[in-house]
Amino acid sequence: MPEGKGTHGPRTRDRDPGLQPERTRLAWRRTTLACAVAASLAGRQTLHRGIDPASLVVLALVVVAWLAFLTLAHRRIRAMRMPRPPALSPRAAVAAVACTLALAALGAAMLR
Amino acid sequence: MWFAPERLREEGGTPDYRFSLANERTFLAWLRTAMALVGGGFAVDQFLPETARPLRLALALVLLAGGALCALRAISHWVRCERAMRRGEDLPMSRFPVVLGLAVGVVALLMVIVAAFGWGG
Repeated sequence: MPEGKGTHGPRTRDRDPGLQPERTRLAWRRTTLACAVAASLAGRQTLHRGIDPASLVVLALVVVAWLAFLTLAHRRIRAMRMPRPPALSPRAAVAAVACTLALAALGAAMLR
Repeated sequence: MWFAPERLREEGGTPDYRFSLANERTFLAWLRTAMALVGGGFAVDQFLPETARPLRLALALVLLAGGALCALRAISHWVRCERAMRRGEDLPMSRFPVVLGLAVGVVALLMVIVAAFGWGG
């Protein structure tokens, strides 16, 4: 039986026995979930003292930070479909951290 | 180094993708910890309305600052590990997990005391 000639041959041979891409994809999913929780609490924080123009602007920025993280995670999750995904780009890592910092800063500005 | 991570690719050789992915997962785990602390900071402010304001604000700010610190440390550790792997060096040692564990323990204890004795405003 010749190896790697059929449709499934190369794919099967390339599959990571430790399922690293799969685990990394799930790690991004979990982090997206954590980000959604943090963003919800940050959003709730902005409306905690009542609705005024300042809190609405901050709320909009919180939503932007959350959407930015969703986009990052989505791109990375799509990259995980490859058998040998490329390493995370430093720019994406910095952007993910920046979203977290933005949520903390925006919500902190609205502490009462 | 971590504030200019784009230079990372110029160093050493490309490590096995599995090691890079493992490093990425560790980074994400730290990022989740950071987000949990940030969320906890808001939760203290929103869900402990009976607590005296200065104490509530102090707890919230400590948790938020801890979350921010954790996020910064996540990227710094990720870059240092990636660089060590590219150069074939040992992974960097860190006291941060111990310090964070102790700090979270102290904050948790403080919150239990606040909840038990009801330091109302």
